[in-house]
Amino acid sequence: MAAPPDALQPYPVVGALPDDGSLTRDLLGPNWSASRAWWPLFIVSGAFAVLFIVAIAFTVVKGIGVWGNNIPVAWAYGITDFVWWIGIGHAGTFISAFLLLLNQRWRASINRLAEAMTIFALVNASLFPLLHLGRPWFFYWLVPYPATTGVWPNFKSSLPWDVAAIATYFTVSLLFWYLGLIPDLAAARDAAPGLRRRRVYGVFALGWRGRAREWQHYRVAYMLFAGLATPLVISVHSIVSLDFSITQLPGWHSTIFPPYFVVGAIYSGLAMLLMLVLPVRRIFHLEEVITRRHLDNIAKLILLCGCLLAYSYVCEMFGAWYSGNVYERFAMLISRPFGPYGVLFWIMTAANVLTPHLFWSARMRTNTIVLFVAGVIIWVGMWLERFVIIAGSLSQTFLPSSWHLFIPTWVDWSLLVGSVGLFVFLFLAFLRWVPFVSVAEVKRLRLDVQRGVAERSAT
Amino acid sequence: MSAIFNRRAATVARATLVALCALVILIPTVAMLWVRTPWARGEHRRIVQPVPFDHRIHVTGLRIDCRYCHSGVERSASAGLPSTQKCVSCHTQLWRAGSPMEPIRQSVATGRPIPWRRVTQLPDFVYFNHSIHVNKGVGCESCHGRIDQAAEVEQAAPLTMSWCVDCHRNPAPTLRPLEAVTTQGYVPPGGDRDIELAAVLMKRYQIHSLANCTTCHR
Ligand code: HEC
Ligand code: HEC
Ligand code: HEC
Ligand code: HEC
Ligand code: HEC
Repeated sequence: MAAPPDALQPYPVVGALPDDGSLTRDLLGPNWSASRAWWPLFIVSGAFAVLFIVAIAFTVVKGIGVWGNNIPVAWAYGITDFVWWIGIGHAGTFISAFLLLLNQRWRASINRLAEAMTIFALVNASLFPLLHLGRPWFFYWLVPYPATTGVWPNFKSSLPWDVAAIATYFTVSLLFWYLGLIPDLAAARDAAPGLRRRRVYGVFALGWRGRAREWQHYRVAYMLFAGLATPLVISVHSIVSLDFSITQLPGWHSTIFPPYFVVGAIYSGLAMLLMLVLPVRRIFHLEEVITRRHLDNIAKLILLCGCLLAYSYVCEMFGAWYSGNVYERFAMLISRPFGPYGVLFWIMTAANVLTPHLFWSARMRTNTIVLFVAGVIIWVGMWLERFVIIAGSLSQTFLPSSWHLFIPTWVDWSLLVGSVGLFVFLFLAFLRWVPFVSVAEVKRLRLDVQRGVAERSAT
Repeated sequence: MSAIFNRRAATVARATLVALCALVILIPTVAMLWVRTPWARGEHRRIVQPVPFDHRIHVTGLRIDCRYCHSGVERSASAGLPSTQKCVSCHTQLWRAGSPMEPIRQSVATGRPIPWRRVTQLPDFVYFNHSIHVNKGVGCESCHGRIDQAAEVEQAAPLTMSWCVDCHRNPAPTLRPLEAVTTQGYVPPGGDRDIELAAVLMKRYQIHSLANCTTCHR
């Protein structure tokens, strides 16, 4: 059943897979019972999620003065975490929508995982700007609605667009994810042991029967959603980047930001995807579903994004030098590499610029340990990048007398660590109760590979 | 395989979806309409004062000018309420026990002011100033309504930000000559739409459109 050998494609897109019936059983099996490691992990990550909630409650009750940021470093961990998480989300949409439109069939085995990552990352991401409002219960002031104030948000600012972008992104991602889930939920409804489980999955399956007409509509809808989601991969992080580049601050005020941020976003998301896919693949023995082809492809994408990102770093520096502006030059060429946060800058550069070059080697691209470690390094590196840009640029601006260093408080740290905890918590819940590999799509892919139609378009 | 849902399930599911969508639209719409109603703004809410002071007797009947009692109105941010001394200058016979004048008597005896309850009140984060309005030809009536006909003073305007801003964007139609700021039931000499007078007053008092946030939020 393996794909016909291809000189350019050493690894098959799906391995030796059993027939449809057993495939359903194998892929949905983990949803019926928890593995031994699941409970301890769930509880530990739950504890971190509780820490997150405590830190949020503390922030809301006491006000954001409990964070370390203050003028001049008005944005620090909160916005760093926001940009980081929302960037991570982008890889999910990239894989599920972008690659679908480009007819990249290999996405089928990992798109569900990637989309879940997007959703949970967005949950975290949207919390941070809300908390940063100080009075989060007035969040609706951000939305343009006919208020009794008689004024509207400033549409020339990127901030209202930021809200619109994130809200759209979240809605589209959620609906896209759910739409993709429907056939699998129906399969779960039919395969689940016990009436109660079948009822629950049945409610969410929305009465899906798998009739030809349903499939036909479903395909069209799925494609349309992919079409909607694809521009969002570009637009959302572009708008986020404009939050920075519309300001006059050296280190932020740069025209390269939108593409630079989009690439960085996909890059960080792919890194996190590796951190999720590799353990899932190992624990649930999915080596035949998520094959070495997938790892190889993700690694290649990381290599590409890494190179583009390095180019952006250079451009950013070059732009500052070429502008001839003393403040720009100071911010980019002196303060950033040799200033108080210089160490972080160099760690970030090493992590983000050097790590991906491992993947010129084909062996490295499929070595799960190397991939995992590289994923972690880039994941952390991309957080540092946002921190260096945001807090670093703010700490040394035009007026040396008001220079100030940002020192995180325990609340800052709890929010950062807690958000990772919440992510893991949600992700574990997802693995436990939701079909985490798209069963229907894998079946289809297997069939197409068998017939020999997939391989041509499944690069 | 036995059915896991009964026959009505599909209908219930559809109805739930429709209801959810309706709620998503309905709740914000109702909320937005509600905050605009006089009830939500506290307009015309009855506020019982310690002494049943009646503007009709004193303003319409006795023709006392507002500024006699609200003496800060031309010079300071707040209009101010009259001291008990002002009441006592006319009301000398306060000594009937149990009369509505009792709090005035107490105030005179203890030297503590009468605890009037505020009717018109803005949040603390808004900066308001009477003197600028009164000196630029905005009448009390434009904001407080017909005080001369009020047995009890009620909040007469919504006091939303858009209420302030709407006038600030285009103050001309509400302007009157300075002699008439305290006049009740004022009608411009040229009728309700005296555009010429409005233009003259805009010039005479050098009025600008002050709609910057920092005008009112300092
Ligand atoms: C004899 C003194 C007196 C005169 C004259 C007078 N007021 Fe008053 N006014 C009071 C007193 C006392 C109160 C407080 C009790 C109340 O609210 O009814 C008051 C209350 C008010 C309030 C409500 C204040 C609040 O808390 O919001 C307004 C508005 C007001 N007066 C406007 C006017 C205007 C306009 C005029 C002129 C047309 C005027 N007053 C003339 C004594 C006077
Ligand atoms: C210019 C003189 C004058 C001043 C100043 C004045 N009043 Fe009067 N007030 C009168 C007169 C005259 C009446 C009508 C009395 C009547 O009809 O029996 C009256 C009536 C009243 C009444 C109704 C009395 C009743 O028995 O029903 C109240 C209450 C009252 N005044 C309160 C006040 C208060 C409070 C102040 C001070 C803020 C005040 N007045 C200031 C002259 C004045
Ligand atoms: C532009 C609208 C406007 C005009 C014109 C205006 N007021 Fe007011 N008035 C207000 C508002 C708003 C408040 C509440 C202020 C606050 O809460 O700080 C108020 C409060 C008051 C109060 C009670 C509290 C205080 O001391 O401020 C009195 C009395 C008052 N006004 C009297 C008058 C009189 C008399 C005039 C005319 C000479 C007048 N106002 C003209 C809007 C106006
Ligand atoms: C009916 C018209 C009108 C309304 C209603 C009104 N204003 Fe004004 N306001 C004016 C005018 C006219 C001026 C004077 C503009 C100028 O001097 O050019 C003014 C001036 C001001 C100023 C002084 C600005 C300065 O630079 O000193 C403040 C403060 C102010 N208004 C606050 C308010 C607030 C708060 C409200 C609502 C509670 C309000 N106004 C409602 C007409 C109005
Ligand atoms: C003419 C005076 C005035 C100006 C100018 C003004 N405001 Fe206000 N604003 C007010 C008043 C009065 C309120 C209180 C309204 C209320 O209690 O609902 C208010 C309330 C608000 C609120 C709270 C709204 C709520 O629902 O509680 C916000 C936010 C606000 N203003 C923002 C602004 C911004 C931004 C600008 C500049 C574009 C601005 N304001 C300009 C008078 C003004």
